[in-house]
Amino acid sequence: MKDFRVTPIRNGTVIDHIDCGQALKVLRIIGITDSVRSTVSVLLHVPSKKDGWKDVIKVEDRELDTKEVDKISLIAPKATINIIRDFNVAEKFNVKLPDVAKGIVRCGNPNCITNMDEPVETEFIVESKDPIVLRCLYCDRIQEDVADRVV
Amino acid sequence: MSFKGADVVSIRDLSREQIEQVMDLAEELVPYATGEKSTRAMEGKILGNLFFEPSTRTRLSFETAMLRLGGRFIEIAQPQSSSVVKGETLADTIRMVEGYADAIVLRHPHEGAARLAAKYCSKPVINAGDGAGQHPTQTILDLFTIRQQANGIADKNVVLVGDLKYGRTAHSLAEALGMFGANLMFVAPPLLQMPKETIKHLEKNGITPRLSSSLEEVISDADILYVTRIQRERFPDPAEYIKVAGSYRVDNALLREAKKDLVIMHPLPRVDEIAPEVDHTDNAKYFHQAFNGVPVRMALIMLVLGGEL
Repeated sequence: MKDFRVTPIRNGTVIDHIDCGQALKVLRIIGITDSVRSTVSVLLHVPSKKDGWKDVIKVEDRELDTKEVDKISLIAPKATINIIRDFNVAEKFNVKLPDVAKGIVRCGNPNCITNMDEPVETEFIVESKDPIVLRCLYCDRIQEDVADRVV
Repeated sequence: MSFKGADVVSIRDLSREQIEQVMDLAEELVPYATGEKSTRAMEGKILGNLFFEPSTRTRLSFETAMLRLGGRFIEIAQPQSSSVVKGETLADTIRMVEGYADAIVLRHPHEGAARLAAKYCSKPVINAGDGAGQHPTQTILDLFTIRQQANGIADKNVVLVGDLKYGRTAHSLAEALGMFGANLMFVAPPLLQMPKETIKHLEKNGITPRLSSSLEEVISDADILYVTRIQRERFPDPAEYIKVAGSYRVDNALLREAKKDLVIMHPLPRVDEIAPEVDHTDNAKYFHQAFNGVPVRMALIMLVLGGEL
């Protein structure tokens, strides 16, 4: 019998192949806080068949939407999303960084108009996907340390 | 290519052909800008000049440009007397002014303000400087001045000197000059040298700029010397500032090493980076450069509003 560290889930989402050490950031950006009512399992530093080590998150009774998946792509570009329905993988896809990142990151320039009280969603041109380089559509600044500013 | 109804937010939005189109029209408009000829091309049109930050040259030259074209303008020149102090968002102000004017000129202290305004406004928005960000009309008038005073831009040796790190207009100018095939030399103390990002952008487009920290070293090769101000506040130690600023001062002694027809430019205001004695030489073109703000802005207004002479 197969030895499971964490048991399979009936319904929900498995985020696999998260870059090692990024799982807690992923939890934060998909809004996993004390108030969630379902079980969340987090595996840190588990062996990966693909390459070396990885983190894995299993969220029960919840399917991620596109915006959440876009956000994950900024932190864990190699992650795969498995939507589980009745113990089966109903959908499986890789996160994909969009060409324009809309409303998912705050601009790092404190003087950017998007950091003022304007009714506007941030927008970044993805100049490079590996490494991730974003340029603010408004103030034109190249963004560093994107992971810390995912909203 | 048609400009009518277009926004002018960043120089990167414009192609070389479009910039040339602006410069060609500006050249044609020079006698109208001086008042030698007159036109009613913009009669019945209203320009909304929104200056949320102090500005002398840019504001006056936009006003002059519109008046010389026979149009009128409305303005917010002192934001402390406008609804902004009541906490109105820029998005709201823009949508209100849009109802009063045919095009909007915006100067704002925050980077990206013009892009936001353009998003909310169905009428053309011209960026007149957003914080430390873009100032496309300055870039075009600089290019225009070089083309006019040095008989072209391609293959000219352009030396940019001063604070090249923080002055974003210097970055835009460098990129635009690269697009027109100028040879670039950047002269600054290592602390204030052109950012790697701009240099990379130039290299990607096949331009390899020469970097130096000594003006004396490059002055004899220069066709155009573009001087920018080194700001005191960049230096924690005032003595260091005086030493650095002094070593980039342009005076007649330095000009003895230069080509006879060197063109000296400065976006103004200057403090003491160009000695007043230089003003009397034929090389000093900075006041003419400031005048060129009028024909260039006349051209842009006409192009976005679609008027004819």
